Amino acid sequence: MEALDLARWQFGITTVYHFLFVPLTIGLGIFVAGLQTAWHRTGKEHYLTLTKFFGKLFLINFAMGVVTGIVQEFQFGMNWSEYSTFVGDVFGAPLAMEALLAFFLESTFLGLWIFGWDRLPKRVHLATIWAAAIGSNLSAYFILAANAWMKHPVGYVVEDGRARMTDIWAVLTNSTAIAQVPHVVGAAFVVAGGFVIAVSAYRILHERRAVPAVPVPDTSTTTPANAKASTGDPAMWRTSLRAALVMTAIAGAVVAGTGDMSAKLLHEQQPMKLASAEGLQHDESSAPFSPLPGVEIPYLLSFLATNDPNAVIQGTEDLQARFEKQFGPGDYRPNQAVVFWSFRVMVGFGLATIGLSVLGLWLTRRRRPLPTWFARICLLALPLPTLAMIAGWLLSEIGRQPWTVAGELLTAASVSPGVSLAEVAISLAVFTLLYGALAVGEAVLLIHYIKAGPEVPAAESQPGDDEAPVLQPTLMY
Amino acid sequence: MELTTVWFVLIAVLWTGYFVLEGFDFGVGLLAPVLARNEGERKQVLNTIGPVWDGNEVWLITAIGAMFAAFPAWYAGMLSRFYLPLVLLLVGLIIRGVGLEWRGKVRNAGERRLCDLGIGIGSALPAFLWGAIFADLLKDSAVAAVIGGLFSLALCLLHGAVFVSLKTTGRVRQAARRAALAASVVAVPVGVLALSSVPEGGTAFAWAGALVAMAAVAAAVALIWRRREGWAFAATATAIVLGTAALFDGLWPEPLTGLTVTEAASGPYTMQVLTWIGLIALPFVLAYQAWTYWVFRKRLTADVV
Ligand code: HDD
Ligand code: HEM
Ligand code: HEM
Repeated sequence: MEALDLARWQFGITTVYHFLFVPLTIGLGIFVAGLQTAWHRTGKEHYLTLTKFFGKLFLINFAMGVVTGIVQEFQFGMNWSEYSTFVGDVFGAPLAMEALLAFFLESTFLGLWIFGWDRLPKRVHLATIWAAAIGSNLSAYFILAANAWMKHPVGYVVEDGRARMTDIWAVLTNSTAIAQVPHVVGAAFVVAGGFVIAVSAYRILHERRAVPAVPVPDTSTTTPANAKASTGDPAMWRTSLRAALVMTAIAGAVVAGTGDMSAKLLHEQQPMKLASAEGLQHDESSAPFSPLPGVEIPYLLSFLATNDPNAVIQGTEDLQARFEKQFGPGDYRPNQAVVFWSFRVMVGFGLATIGLSVLGLWLTRRRRPLPTWFARICLLALPLPTLAMIAGWLLSEIGRQPWTVAGELLTAASVSPGVSLAEVAISLAVFTLLYGALAVGEAVLLIHYIKAGPEVPAAESQPGDDEAPVLQPTLMY
Repeated sequence: MELTTVWFVLIAVLWTGYFVLEGFDFGVGLLAPVLARNEGERKQVLNTIGPVWDGNEVWLITAIGAMFAAFPAWYAGMLSRFYLPLVLLLVGLIIRGVGLEWRGKVRNAGERRLCDLGIGIGSALPAFLWGAIFADLLKDSAVAAVIGGLFSLALCLLHGAVFVSLKTTGRVRQAARRAALAASVVAVPVGVLALSSVPEGGTAFAWAGALVAMAAVAAAVALIWRRREGWAFAATATAIVLGTAALFDGLWPEPLTGLTVTEAASGPYTMQVLTWIGLIALPFVLAYQAWTYWVFRKRLTADVV
């Protein structure tokens, strides 16, 4: 066991963890802004209630993205000082831009939104949530441009053992980044969409369970007698459900399209990753694609990677031999099993979510009520897009091994030389424990508010209720 | 001035902004349990920073990002050298941030106390550790580190107490004023000790900065005594600005032992790109952050719970 191994584990754990929350921030921010816009346009109370309800869930989650993000920024210098010194010239620029152009925007305007409900004119207040949400999405662009550079470095020369940037425009318009940004941001909207779908489905099921408890002789199904006291009316959840289904379906199309673009770029830029994802050992023309081991679809891999069913795809063993000639002895193959399976989990679970959203749209078409069985499936499907997302990142990051910067810097040469095994072990333990505890906290809070439903308007809460002041959120509204 | 110097100065400016702004955030986080007698007052105290603390923290993120981009070797050397203190500091920032965001959303009083604990500890750790880290960077001595840490902690308390007295009404405002006077009893003597952190052969600028900073601390005490809260806040802010200026003057031109700024710097092309981006973006950032303070300029009263 070396400091390097633990540093890798630490990077993997903290980054995956950061990325559990970030997609929800990216997607839900825009969704909430959309709801508030709808309220602004139509004046319907529905939309305001939904804005505040999903706004609260958004904020609980947002906090986690912020605090775990800071660790990310420090971590490069703490654990990967050789890497940082090598790449800072190029890699640091998008990072600094992210902070200046995106994070300031996001955090400042979010503060205004949270506390500005009764201090800002309605229109200005609406603008603040848009500014914050746009900030999140901008931040994704810059950090992904940095990440894309590691897979496909452009716009630089190496001088005295350090990369020197020669063309910022090339870095920001890296073909890899152009494919990656819509793919990741799209996937974030799929994650957020899946979340809203599950929450709405839960609320709809909850309403249905509540209705028979109060037998209403009247057949007016739209407004059950007890609805006002508990959760608002069910039509509202249908609105958020349908909006999220549409969002997920559209974002899903973007993700699938740009995923195909990424695969074609892999063929040109990261052939080892592509070969590992497919488990292809030797160069092959008319290469087949196997969705699961043992099942093969002829020509499909060649077609996916190049649009030509007969093209030659390079295999891992032949690539290994070529790399040894080019870079000297060493093992240039990433962990085959992880890359192979994460590719399948990403595509499988991701497509399943998208399929679910299309099916949901069809089932609820023209005022048809959401079938109960389908609502249950929506709940079960909640983790799928997140798992797809994480799997995609494992494919991307582990597939890049043994390099941190493809063809330029090995991971083994990236680690901080002066940091000891014990130090990394301590920080790994501290962050893992703290993160574990916080994950429980976030889950508990989200579940609590999803179950509680939208806030009961202050006037209707019972006087003398001890819980009431606690439930009134201080740092919002 | 060539761009390496410009960026060293700009990074000093970003750190200064961070210390001035988060300085009072840390102070407020530490003082909340002391100043407030009940939940309504705790909300009153914490809401003085509620809308702004996250934006203030981005000054740190930008400072670190700018160091990474403009002086990669400095960024890498400094962060890996202070490995364990930084782990502790990050833990502090994490529990403080989560505490602040979640305290209004937790389910019961027990969980809210946990958030308060997170806010308190999470404010104390960075307030102490930043002072200690920079003092150690300057003097390479454990004693200097402890003095530096105590001084920055005391200064954050003073700055935060003055800020609360400026932003609130009623009982809390009076309590904050008394807390500021109490903090000064620590801040002034430790500050005098901290003057010894100016390295031997420190420049005239560093000495002048450090001395005027101390004078500003003393002035703040006098001003808060006379209930001139706005001016007292200006004085503590000035003290932090000058203290940070003296600090960075001491770090020039060798911000890490054995590493000069020229050796640490990125290439001229990167520097140019960064300069353009900084020149375009910073005025907007300053404008909308200033606007935030304007929107929330009213003094806060205690909620009746
Ligand atoms: C909901 C999530 C989701 C879904 C449905 C998909 N992906 Fe994906 N994929 C990601 C989430 C994701 C990701 C987590 O966002 C990654 C990780 C790095 C990146 O750029 O995006 C990713 C990476 C990624 C890469 C690696 C890029 C690189 O390393 O440079 C490829 C080749 C694909 N994807 C291809 C696809 C294909 C062909 C899909 C079929 C529809 C697909 N993805 C669906
Ligand atoms: C977009 C910004 C990102 C950047 C700049 C980035 C950069 C890096 C760096 C520097 C390493 C460390 C060296 C190494 O082990 O190769 C790494 C490894 C890793 N990253 Fe990323 N990463 C990013 C996003 C992500 C995300 C979002 C995830 C997961 C959700 C992720 C998962 C991993 C994993 C699992 C490793 C460990 C791989 C290994 O060592 O085997 N990364 N990445
Ligand atoms: C694909 C990868 C990533 C994306 C899309 C992303 C995006 C985001 C988003 C949306 C936030 C939300 C909160 C906020 O801005 O306050 C955030 C927080 C943050 N992320 Fe990430 N991030 C990624 C990976 C990383 C990595 C690798 C780093 C390391 C440099 C990083 C640095 C940060 C920082 C410093 C924050 C806190 C910002 C704040 O306090 O406002 N992120 N990130």
